[in-house]
Amino acid sequence: MEPKTPIARFENVGLRYGLGPEVLQDITFSLKPGSFHFLVGPSGAGKSSLLKLMYLAMRPSRGLVHLFGHDIQTASRDQLPALRRSIGVVFQDYRLLDHLSTFDNVALPLRVANVKEQDIKRHVEELLAWVGLKDHMHARPPTLSGGQKQRVSIARAVISRPKLLMADEPTGNVDDRMGFRLMHLFDELNKLGTTIVVATHNEAMVNQLGHPVMRLDNGSLKVTQGTRAASILGSQA
Amino acid sequence: MFSRRTDLPLDKDPLSRFLPWLIAFMVYLAALAQAGVVGMDALAQRWDTGMAATLTVQIPADPEAGAATNARQLQIAMNLISESSGVLTASVISEDKVLKLLSPWLGLVEAADVPLPILIDVETDPSLDLDARVLQQKLAQRIPGAQVDDHGVWLARLIEMVRTLEALAGGVLLFILLSATGTVMFTTRTGLTVHAEAIEVLHITGAHDRYIAKQFAGRAVALGLKGGLYGISLAIPTLLVLGHMAGRMEAGLLPDIQLPLLGWASLALLPMLSALVAGMTARRTVMRNLRRML
Repeated sequence: MEPKTPIARFENVGLRYGLGPEVLQDITFSLKPGSFHFLVGPSGAGKSSLLKLMYLAMRPSRGLVHLFGHDIQTASRDQLPALRRSIGVVFQDYRLLDHLSTFDNVALPLRVANVKEQDIKRHVEELLAWVGLKDHMHARPPTLSGGQKQRVSIARAVISRPKLLMADEPTGNVDDRMGFRLMHLFDELNKLGTTIVVATHNEAMVNQLGHPVMRLDNGSLKVTQGTRAASILGSQA
Repeated sequence: MFSRRTDLPLDKDPLSRFLPWLIAFMVYLAALAQAGVVGMDALAQRWDTGMAATLTVQIPADPEAGAATNARQLQIAMNLISESSGVLTASVISEDKVLKLLSPWLGLVEAADVPLPILIDVETDPSLDLDARVLQQKLAQRIPGAQVDDHGVWLARLIEMVRTLEALAGGVLLFILLSATGTVMFTTRTGLTVHAEAIEVLHITGAHDRYIAKQFAGRAVALGLKGGLYGISLAIPTLLVLGHMAGRMEAGLLPDIQLPLLGWASLALLPMLSALVAGMTARRTVMRNLRRML
């Protein structure tokens, strides 16, 4: 049986901002489809930079980045939107558009993909019901609590059924109970086949859930298998 | 091409509030310049066709000659003129009218005070192209000092002046167009900076540059149309006042210089043109700036 194409494959990737020092050095890893990984490390270790490379907000300064089998260094600008539609991102600061309603924020990825309005309505209402925000469909983000904004952000990230879902400190602004509820939500999505990477400081949660861990320190990556089934094809410190 | 729904809060840009008024001012100036171009073109054409079909024959005054001699010379001139092919009508300008024409230079004088030349107004058929020099030679052989004026020299100078003014007004129109384009580019770039985070969210969710550019273009079209309508609403009363003032001036020298129907129609297109220029400029600016991002 042929091995499945990795969702993401990084080889000796380095990243620097402008003429500054490298914030990521020789990052090498490969993610299996349907895997769940935690990305941990102290503040300033490069977690957000690594996520930016993965959700195509930046190109690496050196090395190879393959997403869904496409070489990002050689991909044209016109190819990127289609790749980005296969990626969902949950930001620590939510990045919701304050002038849009909850409904319109969640509908955004479908609208940019030119999905019919009647399909958008059906999908968004279903998803908002799933994350428990059906009653807040017309509310604007500034009127929502932190936990509600986080769920809107998650709903927007998963509405187009991405193959890869990334979350940057999703539990950073919510209490422990809400944090574990969110992680349960990610587990559910993972069971449906979505590959998940969660960047977090919450070591207790990482230990409790037992998924493989990518640990970043000073721009270098080290991967440890979790207590659950290993899902990293290859790794290198 | 343009959508009404927008994912970016472009309505809330402070610069967007000023853009319609800036465009209104430019459309106002453009309307005046365009009216100038169209009006002057019509004026030059009217002069060209109107004056090209007329001649003035002048028989010099001879105070020593008797009335019978003058009448004989006039009859000879009228016969020569009538025999020339291409002449439609020939009529003697009355002494009162000649005195009126001379009054700016001589003041109020009586016919008996000054020796008045005999002036004959000749209307010709422009299609038959009457040669004024041939007529001049024929008249000069029979009536010493008789002159034929086909207004060619001063008409050519007037038309040249009008054409220069037209070119100047065309230059002003071009300058206004460039200023409008520059203003929309600046406003759009500011909008891109103000909404950089929202644009990044759109990109991350998979939006093409075209999708984002369409939103900016749609907004620019609306503002351009609004500004264009404001500008043209202010320009029309101004042009009517100018037309009225020109109407009062024209009695002596100028022919009718009212703006032709085509001129009014071209002014009505200005708001649409300003909307189109604003939309296309905004789209182009966004596409070019986004290309620099990943």
